[in-house]
Amino acid sequence: MSARRIFARPARFAAIAPYLWMVLFFLVPFGFVLKISLSQTAIAQPPYTPVFDLAEGWQAFTAALSQLSFENFKLLISDNLYILSYLRSLVVAVTSTLILLLIGYPIAYGMARLPQRWQGVAMTLVIVPFWTSFLIRIYAWINILQHDGLLNKILLTLHIVPAPVVWLSTDSAMYLGIVYSYLPFMILPLYATLAKMDTSLLEAANDLGASPREAFWLVTFPLSLPGVGAGALLCFIPIVGEFVIPDLLAGSDSLMIGQTLWLEFFTNKDWPVASAAAVALLVLLVPPLLLYDRLQRRQLEGGR
Amino acid sequence: MASRVVRITRFNMTSLALGLAFLYLPIVILVIYSFNASRLVTVWGGWSLRWYHEFFNDRAMLEAAWMSLRVAAVSATLATLLGTLAAVGLARGERFRGRALFSGMLYSPLVIPEVISGLSLLLLFVALNAERGFWTVTIAHTTLTMCFVTVVVQSRLTSLDRSLEEAAMDLGCDPVRAFLLVTLPLILPAIAAGWMLAFTLSLDDVVIASFTTGPGSATLPIRIYSEVRLGVKPEINAICTLVIALIAVVIVVASFASKLSSSQGESAAPL
Repeated sequence: MSARRIFARPARFAAIAPYLWMVLFFLVPFGFVLKISLSQTAIAQPPYTPVFDLAEGWQAFTAALSQLSFENFKLLISDNLYILSYLRSLVVAVTSTLILLLIGYPIAYGMARLPQRWQGVAMTLVIVPFWTSFLIRIYAWINILQHDGLLNKILLTLHIVPAPVVWLSTDSAMYLGIVYSYLPFMILPLYATLAKMDTSLLEAANDLGASPREAFWLVTFPLSLPGVGAGALLCFIPIVGEFVIPDLLAGSDSLMIGQTLWLEFFTNKDWPVASAAAVALLVLLVPPLLLYDRLQRRQLEGGR
Repeated sequence: MASRVVRITRFNMTSLALGLAFLYLPIVILVIYSFNASRLVTVWGGWSLRWYHEFFNDRAMLEAAWMSLRVAAVSATLATLLGTLAAVGLARGERFRGRALFSGMLYSPLVIPEVISGLSLLLLFVALNAERGFWTVTIAHTTLTMCFVTVVVQSRLTSLDRSLEEAAMDLGCDPVRAFLLVTLPLILPAIAAGWMLAFTLSLDDVVIASFTTGPGSATLPIRIYSEVRLGVKPEINAICTLVIALIAVVIVVASFASKLSSSQGESAAPL
């Protein structure tokens, strides 16, 4: 019965405005995606029927309801294009997340073992590229990877390859771009758990006769698993829906779901199918999203 | 002594150094090439400001840049206001009805693919019959970036020593004054970091802006993106370098400001 309780009331009032904002601009829009995913494509502006008009009241609503169709979802399941792009998104996201873990872990581990005052510097150095534009960083790679770009020049000069290698529009370029863009998201949560770790546990392991390698696998790694989980989710979820990186760096013969959605929306102007693809993508992401929400809440609210 | 088991090995140092080189080299190369006199992007023709000159004569690009700066400034400010309020509600509001939904709505946009957020907002704007342009992009960016502000400010609020607020209230402050006089100055660095983050994220976004903007009001990233799809152009190198420079200035100014304002010497974690 303290200042804390008295403080809580106005704090809750403070939340009203952002609450309403998020309901209006985050939650309600999903309702529209769902609704339009159940509508039919039409050559009109906007390009779908039935158009739902609030002004016409409840009757119009029930009338519209009866016109809803699951055709778009049937199309998603029956057309190979969609299934293939879902599968490709999953494969790309899993592979990239594993590569990110393999690269990010040693870097985060190195950071956590630096002397205290250098850790802050290293962390800033990891974060700064995250602040510079993501599009620009992908563009920077196109500069390097193009046919007569720097990478081919170096490889040719060192006689590693006899002729210029095609890097752009390949899966390797796409993976490189993804790993490059998401690396800070992997390193930061890993570093956070590794830096917090009680190092006296390692001394104890050492005293009990464990080699550094054994100590790492028996003590450090298991204790860092929450960081591994957070980093993996923070990368996996957005990579599944990634659009810009595969569009600029990968070839056009197989698309990720984000690209398919974009294509349906902007090129084919098929809003209902694009919405259905969005709903399906969201459904796919619900389990990892819930897990991520729980981890995030535990981290920000101290696990209580 | 910790040093016996917890030491820096050569492996640690090498992986850290390689990791940082990987993160920075492409950007450095881009900046260097923006000063290249040659039209061929890959042939070095000596130092020159030619492409910067070209950019400052490119009306369409300049208009896009101006649009982006306005969207970024307005949306970052709105996002900072709303995000800070949300963080206060979550960090100090204790339990309330709808709290789980609230935090879920605030944490999920951080990871939800942009194609989904962009599409859903566009469908809302179409249903509301809103004219698409500056305000729709600004609202869309505010929605996304306020979540980042919330996370930054909330983590600062949770790590704050609450006995200071409580002392202020014991000494007769009402909660609002205790917040304004004690809490707010302490979280100011985090609020500044949140604004910066929101500003740079808005300046960077292609996908959500593509969905929510209207004809004739392209943002800079949308223009850059359509140019990049057609291939590398030296002018783009110059524009990118200018954007990097702008972001660097924002970071330096804001971290300087946050050092000044946090007398305890605790600097705000940028994220």
